[in-house]
Amino acid sequence: MAVTDSLSRAATVLATVLLLSFGSVAASHIEDQAEQFFRSGHTNNWAVLVCTSRFWFNYRHVANTLSVYRSVKRLGIPDSHIVLMLADDMACNPRNPKPATVFSHKNMELNVYGDDVEVDYRSYEVTVENFLRVLTGRIPPSTPRSKRLLSDDRSNILIYMTGHGGNGFLKFQDSEEITNIELADAFEQMWQKRRYNELLFIIDTCQGASMYERFYSPNIMALASSQVGEDSLSHQPDPAIGVHLMDRYTFYVLEFLEEINPASQTNMNDLRDPKNVLITDFFGSVRKVEITTETIKLQQDSEIMESSYKEDQMDEKLMEPLKYAEQLPVAQIIHQKPKLKDWHPPGGFILGLWALIIMVFFKTYGIKHMKFIF
Amino acid sequence: MAAAMPLALLVLLLLGPGGWCLAEPPRDSLREELVITPLPSGDVAATFQFRTRWDSELQREGVSHYRLFPKALGQLISKYSLRELHLSFTQGFWRTRYWGPPFLQAPSVWINLGRSSVMSSQGSSAPLSTSSTPPTQSLPLPPSNPWVWPMTLTTTFCAMLCCRGRWSAPKTSPPGRSSCPVVPRASLISFHLLQAGLSVLLKADRLFHTSYHSQAVHIRPVCRNARCTSISWELRQTLSVVFDAFITGQGKKDWSLFRMFSRTLTEPCPLASESRVYVDITTYNQDNETLEVHPPPTTTYQDVILGTRKTYAIYDLLDTAMINNSRNLNIQLKWKRPPENEAPPVPFLHAQRYVSGYGLQKGELSTLLYNTHPYRAFPVLLLDTVPWYLRLYVHTLTITSKGKENKPSYIHYQPAQDRLQPHLLEMLIQLPANSVTKVSIQFERALLKWTEYTPDPNHGFYVSPSVLSALVPSMVAAKPVDWEESPLFNSLFPVSDGSNYFVRLYTEPLLVNLPTPDFSMPYNVICLTCTVVAVCYGSFYNLLTRTFHIEEPRTGGLAKRLANLIRRARGVPPL
Repeated sequence: MAVTDSLSRAATVLATVLLLSFGSVAASHIEDQAEQFFRSGHTNNWAVLVCTSRFWFNYRHVANTLSVYRSVKRLGIPDSHIVLMLADDMACNPRNPKPATVFSHKNMELNVYGDDVEVDYRSYEVTVENFLRVLTGRIPPSTPRSKRLLSDDRSNILIYMTGHGGNGFLKFQDSEEITNIELADAFEQMWQKRRYNELLFIIDTCQGASMYERFYSPNIMALASSQVGEDSLSHQPDPAIGVHLMDRYTFYVLEFLEEINPASQTNMNDLRDPKNVLITDFFGSVRKVEITTETIKLQQDSEIMESSYKEDQMDEKLMEPLKYAEQLPVAQIIHQKPKLKDWHPPGGFILGLWALIIMVFFKTYGIKHMKFIF
Repeated sequence: MAAAMPLALLVLLLLGPGGWCLAEPPRDSLREELVITPLPSGDVAATFQFRTRWDSELQREGVSHYRLFPKALGQLISKYSLRELHLSFTQGFWRTRYWGPPFLQAPSVWINLGRSSVMSSQGSSAPLSTSSTPPTQSLPLPPSNPWVWPMTLTTTFCAMLCCRGRWSAPKTSPPGRSSCPVVPRASLISFHLLQAGLSVLLKADRLFHTSYHSQAVHIRPVCRNARCTSISWELRQTLSVVFDAFITGQGKKDWSLFRMFSRTLTEPCPLASESRVYVDITTYNQDNETLEVHPPPTTTYQDVILGTRKTYAIYDLLDTAMINNSRNLNIQLKWKRPPENEAPPVPFLHAQRYVSGYGLQKGELSTLLYNTHPYRAFPVLLLDTVPWYLRLYVHTLTITSKGKENKPSYIHYQPAQDRLQPHLLEMLIQLPANSVTKVSIQFERALLKWTEYTPDPNHGFYVSPSVLSALVPSMVAAKPVDWEESPLFNSLFPVSDGSNYFVRLYTEPLLVNLPTPDFSMPYNVICLTCTVVAVCYGSFYNLLTRTFHIEEPRTGGLAKRLANLIRRARGVPPL
């Protein structure tokens, strides 16, 4: 008995040891896989696309932003994770010969407006204050969800800005400016509030490189279309629409993005110098899905249904019949009683006037007339 | 777990059959309809209506199951306890003079909220209609945060409301609905559409290339049955478009669905209980061989619409014979004989509004109301909402008809409060027969604060259109409308009394220039002042504080110069 016991115990010990070793080997294999799976470090993607120019001759900036929006959507970032800010409405502008369209290639090959664009901040809402509030998250509580940047510390954010700029500033809507220092501070606030994992900042304006000179927060990669002292040029004018349709920098960036698909492993080296940063880290969307084969049963709650039925029965009995109102009850309008206005105590002028009158009266006729009044 | 199951069964059995005859989810139905009307001026008007009727008391029960009625709107209604909501976006202007009265016109953006009840109980002593709103009740804005309302609407309809500045609205006035000021300009960017039935025709590229298009959403309670013991909610989504036939038809007045929408109808919407196209063929019956409609309609519908007798050809998409033949339905109309170029019939009521005056200080706002009925006079309710920065002077208000002064039967004026609420002027004016009435009022333009100007202030500021509501006498008496049987366009403003029909017209919105400062002046002033200070004060400072000393001329050869160079590099005084 004791022998069998010890034998069985030994067997179990051996079995557990073997299991543990297998388990550990398997576990480390899984860990490696998991590590590889999450190597990029982010779990969700956001995009903030800003066009800051107004007026018809800045058509190309809106076309730039909408083209980037289309690419970003195609690679997987949904509308709920994109904050699109357009400072003017080109599609419904009276000068647009093809209403409801915004073209980005000449000869009108590609309509980037389409049927399903969702603009979050439009027209007068695109201001420096709103942009900084979106970035830092200090938004009034009544703001709808689609206007918020709800990123967390594992989000990769793409920020694309286009418009007119200069050395150290970017012009918003022809009336205000954002400086590179403000932008750098906003990014630092985002870092302190853990609102991003990595940030890609692309800017397509004149002297765009000056906008990222002052960044001092970690994990930011910045691309600009021109160095300080250089201008960014526009690419293609279209004779039918009459304005330039795109800027050169964005045109070439988008040509590159056309070849990317959501699962690609192309890295930023092919776009620019830095290596080991996948394009799809910023332009695409990560969706890691775990499939389960269990079925889950949902229970019906019969109590709620019963109580609502009873309420319906009671209501039917109590309600009196209703009728429609007249559309223009002329007789009632003419003959209505005047509203009782709230009584307000007399204001300063009236009081002063009466005080003056009473003072003059008493000065003229003397105080002995008081008893006739009171 | 296993023990709980029979216990649960027992409990369910105990509840009895009442628990199982569960309240079925409220029924809702969808009807869709398209009305194509050739207008007297040669253009073609197409009006889409999608009506969802939902038999449910939204405000009483907590509803969680939405089928056809959109959840976003249902939640809006129950959360803010609305009775009515009308929201419309329009681009273009309905030219009443040339196109006739519209089914449902709308200004650029029109929001009409109602806490007031469209209906009231019969036994109560309160006066009926919308005047049952107590005068002090203001619009349904939660007092803590007046921005929630427009923000919610903004996202639901993906549009931008409100120009910069506060969301200001007048308080209600006894008659007339509590209408939010017509926000004169808003940009509607997106256009989310279904893709079955009639909505297959709605494609943005053709629809925005029109003289007028207006999308609207109307939510209101209606009677559920003839006795009207309970209400159901009706949601109407309408889209009115006017195509300029001469552009799209290459010079002829013929039109077809394909030419207008670049698509044809293929199948009815599977969720709709009714899906019909009505084509106005009134001129066909009068002279034969004037026009030809293809494919020939199976049934026609005759009724008195907007005061005149009209005939419509009906194409029912749910009728299998209609679609089965060719799998697509392209309705075409050809004019056999060009119609005589007679003057188009003038509608009985139309209006015009303009701003006159010169300069940037004063101006005059004039509204012309035309009553072209030969012998009947009728009253018109005119509602004007003028922004606060155009300061109206009511003592200059004059109303003249046929040269004589016309005193309004009712007038209500609520002056504006700066930056809080606009002017509200409401008048009931009797228009004499066959006359033009001119309502004019003078105003002064105010200077806004620096930060209140929009980024493009030299474009001008918009003034909302005036709203005219009238019961216009009709030429032919109309029968009362049956809500379920009649087509949707007949039940927009159902007539209670057949001798007149209700019409709501809007005048043009106006664009007014305000005195705009030169925004570059602060920059100029700073530059100039700093330059002046730098030059003047700097010169004085230098003159006063600089000491002068004489410098010896340099003598010495090359060696001395080299040595001095080295000494200067070392920082030592030179030789």
